[in-house]
Amino acid sequence: MLRVTNQESKARGSRRFATVRLFTRNKTALFGAAVLLFFIVVALGAPLIATHRPADMDPSLRLNKPNAVYFFGTDRFGRDLYSRVVYGSRISLGVGLSVVASTTILGALLGLLAGYFRSVDEILMRILDGLMAFPGIILMITIMAVLGSNLFNVILALTVVYTPRMARVVRSAVMVQREMTYVEAARAAGAGDLRILLWHIPRNCVAPVIIQATMIFAYSVLSESSLSFLGVGVPPEIPSWGNLLSDGKVFLRRAPWITIFPGLTIAACVLALNTLGDGLRDILDPRIRKKKI
Amino acid sequence: MKQPLLEVDGLSKWFPFGRGFLSRRRGAVQAVSDVSFTVPAGTTFGIVGESGCGKSTLGRAILRLIEPSAGRILLNGKDVTKASRREWLSLRRNMQMIFQDSYASMNPRMRVGSIIQEPLNIHRIGSDGERKERVEFLLKTVGLQPDSLGKYPHEFSGGQRQRIDIARALALNPNLIVCDEPVSALDVSIQSQVINLLNDLQERFSLTYIFISHDLSVIRYISNRVAVMYLGKIVELAGKNDLFSNPLHPYSRALLSAVPHPDPDKVRKRTILEGDVPSPVNPPSGCYFRTRCPQVMPVCREISPELAETAPGHQTACHLIGSRKNC
Repeated sequence: MLRVTNQESKARGSRRFATVRLFTRNKTALFGAAVLLFFIVVALGAPLIATHRPADMDPSLRLNKPNAVYFFGTDRFGRDLYSRVVYGSRISLGVGLSVVASTTILGALLGLLAGYFRSVDEILMRILDGLMAFPGIILMITIMAVLGSNLFNVILALTVVYTPRMARVVRSAVMVQREMTYVEAARAAGAGDLRILLWHIPRNCVAPVIIQATMIFAYSVLSESSLSFLGVGVPPEIPSWGNLLSDGKVFLRRAPWITIFPGLTIAACVLALNTLGDGLRDILDPRIRKKKI
Repeated sequence: MKQPLLEVDGLSKWFPFGRGFLSRRRGAVQAVSDVSFTVPAGTTFGIVGESGCGKSTLGRAILRLIEPSAGRILLNGKDVTKASRREWLSLRRNMQMIFQDSYASMNPRMRVGSIIQEPLNIHRIGSDGERKERVEFLLKTVGLQPDSLGKYPHEFSGGQRQRIDIARALALNPNLIVCDEPVSALDVSIQSQVINLLNDLQERFSLTYIFISHDLSVIRYISNRVAVMYLGKIVELAGKNDLFSNPLHPYSRALLSAVPHPDPDKVRKRTILEGDVPSPVNPPSGCYFRTRCPQVMPVCREISPELAETAPGHQTACHLIGSRKNC
């Protein structure tokens, strides 16, 4: 019997390494990741980075312009805007991450079931289509109005709105994988539906989930700000980016910095997440991938 | 007579279509219709035919990867189509499959070690250590390096991957392996290696193969008996030498006459078939082959010929043979 050597296959290198290499080469993704990392560091190190306590008021310092002590100026109660933006990153990123986690878990579960079992698909997808038919912001406002505004309900409302998106992405990925020969091979080896559904298929659906998760992160940050701006989001005493924007809208002419700095921060964060998502899509999409390697 | 390992009796598979919400048109594609044959233990049963004739469907229906629409499949005398869930799981251990596209047949995100070990995990055979030992033994058996365990399928060449596929099929120590075009995707030199490996393994583990291929020379090399399929039916079934030296059905003759001969100066009588294979949705009346048969007779339009013994161990489904006998 002939022994086959593995010499040539070694030279080809592993696929994981190629993913890392592609990532470092992709400037868009790298930029997004760097900015996001910056925000995460700011959120984690908020007490060290902030110059004042975010809730400290000083009526003598109301509506000060940005200066060397108050980098972003002060608001109508004389609170340091810079420190409030720094602390606000904890709320905004925290909400974003929680929504990403809950939509990924829920969406993956629903998507797996719908993609694999046709009977479930018919019913589940009609319900999710119904949810998606509502304009997202209206649905969120309704949920917040019914449940009342607190941090947990914001996360809940965003989860309800974004889970169908995740479920759809997972569903279509599962439907592709379900027809692959390796599923048939597993069945020939004696594997049941449960094993195929939980063991074989999920690991091949990771890429679209990661991309969608980044996008949902961006939408969540933006939506949380929108809800807070409209006054139905996070309670006003908590310095989320949306609340800061909302506080500033009254003084838009007299003290535009109250609106400008939180606004720029939200824009930068969402931009970073979107570029990261786009970059990841380019890297993880096998069709584009083949061309580049 | 010794009981055959596998007995297929009247196996049919049709795929219904047009069951949409508003669509009126209904029908079914006859992929396999009324196929019967037996395979004695330790032999290789070749199935040959052109693309779309239902040979892969037949192979999958035997393993119930596609649920057969009608017919019985007896493995060691036990009807696998009627087996309960639990019985079926233990029966399935005896029947495994080797796939045409070895790359597609392996989960790209699993390492080779766990791919080969998976059947053992599913059927809970042995301790973890014993399973690992078995996987190493299997790798050695199919001629791969032990360090292949930690690698992913894409790190191997086509021939190596086919060996991995074979190792996985052997893991449960089956009696019967359905080989669905196992060498069609490989280079000719690698083809012979894999076929020789299959032959070695058959001897060593007393395996029985159902070997599906469109390649007549491969079929001729490996099979003991060969069935020729056309449009979901077996048109001729005979021992390898008998079929290749004396094909009786006009379709088999046409098929065999298309095999290239090593000697280019040899004068050959080639039978060239006209037209296309009819649609399996709407097959012709009577004999399915009559639309392309060079020796078509009026009776072919009326009556579908039965697969009947025309010589000892040689079955043919053609009116021509019967009429010749009657003359």
